[in-house]
Amino acid sequence: MSIRGKAYVMGAFEHPTRDAPDRTTAQLHAESARGALEDAGLSFDDVDAYFCAGDAPGFGAMSMIDYMGLRNVRHMDTTETGGSSYLVHLNHACQAIAEGKVDVALITLAGRPRNGGGRPGIPGAAAPRDGRLVDGAPEQGFESVYGGSTHNTYGMCAMRHMYEYGTTSEQLAWIKVAASHHAQWNEHAFLKDVVTVEQVVNSRMIADPLHLLDCCVVTDGGGAVVVTSPAVARSLNRPKVRVLGAAEAPKMPMGGRDLDLTTCAAVWTGPKAFAEAGVTPADMKYASIYDSFTITVLMTLEDLGFCKKGEGGKFVADGNLISGVGKLPFNTDGGGLCNNHPTNRGGITKIIETVRQLRGEAHPKVQVPNCDLALAHGTGGSLGVRHGSATVIMEREG
Amino acid sequence: MSEIMTRPIPAPAVSLETKPFFDAAAEGRFTIKRCTACGEAHWYPRAICPYCHSDRTVWEESAGTGAIYTYSVMWRSPSGPYAIGYVTLDEGIAVLTNFVDVAPDGLAIGMRVKVKFQPTEGGPPVPVFAPV
Repeated sequence: MSIRGKAYVMGAFEHPTRDAPDRTTAQLHAESARGALEDAGLSFDDVDAYFCAGDAPGFGAMSMIDYMGLRNVRHMDTTETGGSSYLVHLNHACQAIAEGKVDVALITLAGRPRNGGGRPGIPGAAAPRDGRLVDGAPEQGFESVYGGSTHNTYGMCAMRHMYEYGTTSEQLAWIKVAASHHAQWNEHAFLKDVVTVEQVVNSRMIADPLHLLDCCVVTDGGGAVVVTSPAVARSLNRPKVRVLGAAEAPKMPMGGRDLDLTTCAAVWTGPKAFAEAGVTPADMKYASIYDSFTITVLMTLEDLGFCKKGEGGKFVADGNLISGVGKLPFNTDGGGLCNNHPTNRGGITKIIETVRQLRGEAHPKVQVPNCDLALAHGTGGSLGVRHGSATVIMEREG
Repeated sequence: MSEIMTRPIPAPAVSLETKPFFDAAAEGRFTIKRCTACGEAHWYPRAICPYCHSDRTVWEESAGTGAIYTYSVMWRSPSGPYAIGYVTLDEGIAVLTNFVDVAPDGLAIGMRVKVKFQPTEGGPPVPVFAPV
């Protein structure tokens, strides 16, 4: 497939300022976005793909999507190649449009080097001691001061989920129990001991209602994957794992109206990925589900459609996620809860164990028989503040 | 556990867009942004409305009253347990905050709370919430 003639540049806007002492960098991004969208005759709600580079303040594309209230973004790209980034983005936007994934891509750039706002600071950085104004992540003054960490912001989601749906700590604990049953067979697993529901709920409280054993491990490590064209795949002497569908989406407060912390972006990525693959959750033989915390798994399973909203607790209980025992074997490497969470980013290990399962190369004690269709789902950032999700559905060919 | 929670709070990062908020906070006034084009309030405060994208946003004084949407008490903390959570203001918008003047077991979703300002380490005060 080529992009030739498949995409159009329909809006363009050059911000008139050359010296902006009175505006933040985030504001210049938003004003530029508004200018280009008005030029095209489109609105912010028409945008389903957002591209920015290192000049955008905050957390990848997430802070600007939240700041601008880009409610319908289902494709993000923060490729950084310096000043050429925006042409790289244009190319990537054309590719996404050509393959039919998105219809309206927004690319923004802005900065204030004449006013001390060169490159944005890292989110959560301390305020300057001398009281100077900062020009970093727009949410900075209203979030990091409150001591939010992954533990307590995911804890907030679990607390609300319990309140709305009656989910219990014992039900959450079953997720860890299942992971530990798998990890016992993984010689590299950071935690190899099988644990019980009682051990999880009696482990010390970290951030209500999440106990120590509701949390993933902290490990060093790494991982990599190689993706090829069909022609290259055919030339290689390895089992063929074919990608059938994929989708991505961010979710964040976007102004604070109708906050809902019991639903994650999987509610958007799941249906899109399943539709593209032409399969349903019931067809999945195996699932790698991002497991930073037990609540992450429970919410993701509900939102992907493995069970009804609010029934995740019942779904994960009684070993239903244990390979050879339950209906949906998950994270058979032990997952982030027991095996590995390299540099606090568990996305790549989710792909890797899915590939092992589809190849039939998982540990024999956890290998799912005839595993020909599987799913990997990643959750990044914080479910409790702003996060980005992606779902990928893969099958074994032949 | 009946100890009242407190937590030292670092100075907030103040930007051009948010300086009026922190200036008001220093005077003990809690303000939010509202868009005069679409009428919607939003949080955190922005120059441009995240709902209709107009720049006709204005500061408005708020009573700072609302209900706890959710919370979590963080026990792994060198300065003692502290509670983070969201308050849904009576204006209908959710605010991330800390809860103070309350014991860790004294919080509940739905509990009515009101804003107060807590001094920070070398910066303007920030809004926190306490049970009414």
